[in-house]
Amino acid sequence: MKILRDTLDKFEPLFTKGGKLEKLYPVYEAADTFLYTPGHRTASGPSVRDGIDLKRLMIMVVIALVPATLFGMWNVGFQHLRATEDWNLAPTAAPFFECLLYGAIKFIPVYAVTIVAGGTAEAIFSIIRKHEINEGFLVTSLLFPLTLPPDIPLWQVAVGIIFGVVIGKEIFGGTGMNILNPALTARIFLYFAYPVDISGDRVWVSGSGSGEWIDGATGATPLAFFYSNGNAPEAMAAADSLSIGWFDAFMGWIPGSMGETSTLMCLLGAGILIFSKVGSWRIMAGCGMGMLAFTLLLNFVAFAAGLGADHYTAVSPAWHFVIGSFAFGSIFMATDPVSAAQTNTGRWIYGFMIGALTILVRVLNPAYPAGIMLAIVFMNVFAPLIDHYVMKANIRRREVRLGLQ
Amino acid sequence: MDLINLALKAIFVENIALAFFLGMCSFLAVSKKVDTAMGLGLAVVFVLTVVTPLNALINNYILKDGALAWALGEEKAAGYDLSFLAFITFIATIAAAVQIVEMSIDKFAPALYSALGVFLPLIAVNCAILGSSLFMVEREYTVMQSTVFGFGSGVGFWLAIVALAAIRERLKYSNVPPGLRGLGITFMITGLMAMGFMIFGGIQL
Repeated sequence: MKILRDTLDKFEPLFTKGGKLEKLYPVYEAADTFLYTPGHRTASGPSVRDGIDLKRLMIMVVIALVPATLFGMWNVGFQHLRATEDWNLAPTAAPFFECLLYGAIKFIPVYAVTIVAGGTAEAIFSIIRKHEINEGFLVTSLLFPLTLPPDIPLWQVAVGIIFGVVIGKEIFGGTGMNILNPALTARIFLYFAYPVDISGDRVWVSGSGSGEWIDGATGATPLAFFYSNGNAPEAMAAADSLSIGWFDAFMGWIPGSMGETSTLMCLLGAGILIFSKVGSWRIMAGCGMGMLAFTLLLNFVAFAAGLGADHYTAVSPAWHFVIGSFAFGSIFMATDPVSAAQTNTGRWIYGFMIGALTILVRVLNPAYPAGIMLAIVFMNVFAPLIDHYVMKANIRRREVRLGLQ
Repeated sequence: MDLINLALKAIFVENIALAFFLGMCSFLAVSKKVDTAMGLGLAVVFVLTVVTPLNALINNYILKDGALAWALGEEKAAGYDLSFLAFITFIATIAAAVQIVEMSIDKFAPALYSALGVFLPLIAVNCAILGSSLFMVEREYTVMQSTVFGFGSGVGFWLAIVALAAIRERLKYSNVPPGLRGLGITFMITGLMAMGFMIFGGIQL
């Protein structure tokens, strides 16, 4: 490790003021602070002594994402194996390392392209605008590939992440200033610009269209199945083409984006985020409550209007919880500390609205089968407004308490 | 039920600012502070709610082809089509309504009046207002429907401008690239907001 430190120190004069590569200082700084604790101190008061800084905060999110990432890689391989060899293969019977390896071959290029393309965009901006390359990008660059289907063309990945980094973040002045979640901005941009490669039934399992698929295999996700068949858990479990039960959906061995299928792994991540106090539990709980409340309302409407138990509105909250990327979105995307609401009351409202809107889009908007991504971005737009009025109400309350009003 | 659907559609699905990009001048210019944006938004809601049904009345009973049947009788009225006067009449109605709003705000909320400044009279030429009247003609709404539609469009505009103002207040401390400061970044935000509003696109009501 000493050699590494020495090498970094040796090159430092090149990048500092007056050095040959002075312009590339942000790149050097990023490499240095990624490996070692930064040496700078607070220049003026208030001098808070705390081990936590932006770097630790962001690394915590990356750690929380590791279970979902590893599981996602395995699942890509497992789904491919199912579709090409035996549709009824049990997850426990699948060759573990073979699946993981296949998934890694699919996931790592996407991840690498994200890092290189997005990182370059970020580096160019940081050099010209003279700010640091931030660890926030590590989170964005891991979140983004996890929301993509396995066979996405790599040039689209590059275009998407560059849009997300530049339009979603850098034009606002970099980390901490953006109004929308950059990873989601990138995802939505791809979704609307190139819908063929990121929606439908064929894209969620790797290898479609190559002729490798066996008869009867389908890439339909449970979400898509509900969407076209109404409330049909039994039918879905019985269907030869899908055979998915609630437990399968909870564990996550179902077709879907690369990293979001497993509710269990997302909950593990939620545990890490809440334990380390990096993610707001209020937002997560708010999302859950909003989802629950709106689903129960729809169930009631379905019951009252006599739509029958097999209508889409009658799908139970338990199912809505495990299908689509509800868990992934509400745990990792909605809690982004920059674009979410900043006040505690605001976080409840923000989370609740995300949960409710997700179900609204899933069930009532025929244009999109999944809703969490758009719901989060929509609430990102309104988060500053919620904060504004929460703060105003607080000021008013204190004025009343002090008898000023 | 149909009327509620119409209102929801005008507010969210076909938001006049973020789906049609109408009324951009005041949308971009009066969105620096939430309180001012709130005032302008409410003024727009009021003007739209008054003007759209008024124009619907004029259109349905005076201007449209054969609309004068109530005065001249079916046969004679069939020859009169005054719809070429639509623009000028609508503008006159709008200007009159805005005048009323302006005078009442001046009287009851002088602080808001000075904050809104020139943009209050400019509501008269706000394309969102004329736009919703013209949508009303195109979609052949009745007077009742156009009241609801006008109100819905107004609320949609109000929601959008207040949200934009809150975002811009938050951006006060961010280090936006020099070339984009001011209107440039606001255009970008508007685009991103419109992306968020696509969540409702496609809902059939």
